[in-house]
Amino acid sequence: MSDDLPLTAEDVAEIAAIIEASPYRELDLSTRRFRLRLARGDDGEAGLTQEWQWAGSAPEAAAAMAEHATDPDAVPAPLPGTFYHAPQPGAPPFVAVGDEVGPETVVGIVETMKLMNPVHAGRAGRVAEVIVPNATMVAKGQPLFRLA
Amino acid sequence: MIRRLFIANRGEIALRVIRTAKAMGITTVLGVSSADAASLPALMADETVLLGPGPSSQSYLAIDTVVAAMISAHCDAVHPGYGFLSENAAFARAVAGAGIRFVGPEIKTLEGMGDKLAARALALEAGLPVLPGGEAATREAVHARAAEIGYPLLLKAVAGGGGKGMRRVDRAEDLDTVLDMAQAEAQAAFGNAAVYVERFVAKGRHVEVQLLGDGSSAIHLGTRDCSIQRRFQKLVEEAPAPAMPDAARAGIEEAAVRLARHIGYRGAGTAEFLVDATDFSFYFLELNARIQVEHPVTEAITGVDLVEQQLLVAAGKRLTLTQAMVRPVGHAIEVRINAEDPDADFRPAPGRITRAAWPAGPGIRVDTHIAAGGEVPPLYDSLLGKLIVHAPSREEAVARLKAALASIRIEGVPTTAGLHARIAADPRFVAGGVDTGFLTGLAQ
Repeated sequence: MSDDLPLTAEDVAEIAAIIEASPYRELDLSTRRFRLRLARGDDGEAGLTQEWQWAGSAPEAAAAMAEHATDPDAVPAPLPGTFYHAPQPGAPPFVAVGDEVGPETVVGIVETMKLMNPVHAGRAGRVAEVIVPNATMVAKGQPLFRLA
Repeated sequence: MIRRLFIANRGEIALRVIRTAKAMGITTVLGVSSADAASLPALMADETVLLGPGPSSQSYLAIDTVVAAMISAHCDAVHPGYGFLSENAAFARAVAGAGIRFVGPEIKTLEGMGDKLAARALALEAGLPVLPGGEAATREAVHARAAEIGYPLLLKAVAGGGGKGMRRVDRAEDLDTVLDMAQAEAQAAFGNAAVYVERFVAKGRHVEVQLLGDGSSAIHLGTRDCSIQRRFQKLVEEAPAPAMPDAARAGIEEAAVRLARHIGYRGAGTAEFLVDATDFSFYFLELNARIQVEHPVTEAITGVDLVEQQLLVAAGKRLTLTQAMVRPVGHAIEVRINAEDPDADFRPAPGRITRAAWPAGPGIRVDTHIAAGGEVPPLYDSLLGKLIVHAPSREEAVARLKAALASIRIEGVPTTAGLHARIAADPRFVAGGVDTGFLTGLAQ
């Protein structure tokens, strides 16, 4: 969908060298396909920066993540990602409805950027409800369990 | 010759491959998930094919889907990048079955090296030293191995790479819990939960050797030091390995080439070693049969385009480079700018980038797929981009890195940029030759 890439790293370095040796503060270049702004740092001391904008690459604004009211009985997702009930496929879930948990009890995992992050119950109690199904994308703060 | 290249990856490495392929006059076809349909690599590729929904298991890791996409796009070769299916022998076999060239080593090499235990055995055969440890197929076997080699120890994914499924265990009572986590991570990252056990070396440096082979001859392109890591994933890489006697460096390079020749290695690969920070004795860890994230530091000092070499070898050409032609110049350092919060145990931080002002200037290279407005989905890796500096000496490279990090402005998500500025100012880093425990001792 495009011709050759517009500028290589070497091209950018050369343009940067030209600006550095010039009295100019910045170069702002707009074409049909991209916009490149090469500028000296904000405080004048720092080096140059390159900022790119690409026609067609700015995706539509993603749906704003729902803010979840703080429910003291809910165990929220510590970060966005995929929520799992069990340590691996086929394994028994960490907890089931009716289980007693302590603040440090691992009740599930959230996979974010390929990392497994344990979800801790956060407080002592009994699991009253498993709100989110296994292997579901969750937002940060989304209630996963309800404790009684 | 390769005419139509399928790229089975995403992010900065997809963009990196597109760049060289275009320079070589090759048409690029990028397979994308729906989450990446509006990404910069998708915009830059000549053509794109939609693989499926966002989760990797239904797109970038779905072998049948990816192979069907390259067949329907009439591609004659596929570059797998790093991660995802890059070292997956079943994928390479399916690609070969479709009559398409796989830009990587032979299937038997992937089988030998993708299984880290088999790799240990091959290294021993080639006469390379390895760490105490080994196979542990069952929970009982893991306990037996642990008792045998003692604590602290490392659990490593048999199918491993990129630190996924790798966990340190300090005490016997933690072994079961950590084993569960390591296996879950290994399963998620590689579709294979198996782990093995290895002794943990406290004062170790991570030094690796870039290799190029064509199946019959093999050469090295020098060392890289990647000792600064978090969660066993590299944060800073430099070439050549600093603060090390020439003889020690040459010994490691020679061992790596010996292994490459022993297995008839084809393509670009990296032999990783753990080097004792005090006496420079070394142990073979693994051979990564793919392009590495940190390959640009080697490109900076050697002037060799490693992706071009990969594509030439994959097209059936013999290596035209000889060992004598590789003459590294100066020193290069790469830092990984990740979307994660260094102050919260490097917690991944997906989100929208509101501003991306990357450094620019002589001796500076930035490999990134991120511009203002770019979305960092929670589905994939946290790497936003790589800042690479090159200068005639290490001292000048560190100064250049400091200046570059002073001007970088990435806004919208927390990043590792500030952490890198602290690293670049740390006297131990400035002196060079730090061990893998460096981050723990870093001033806030």
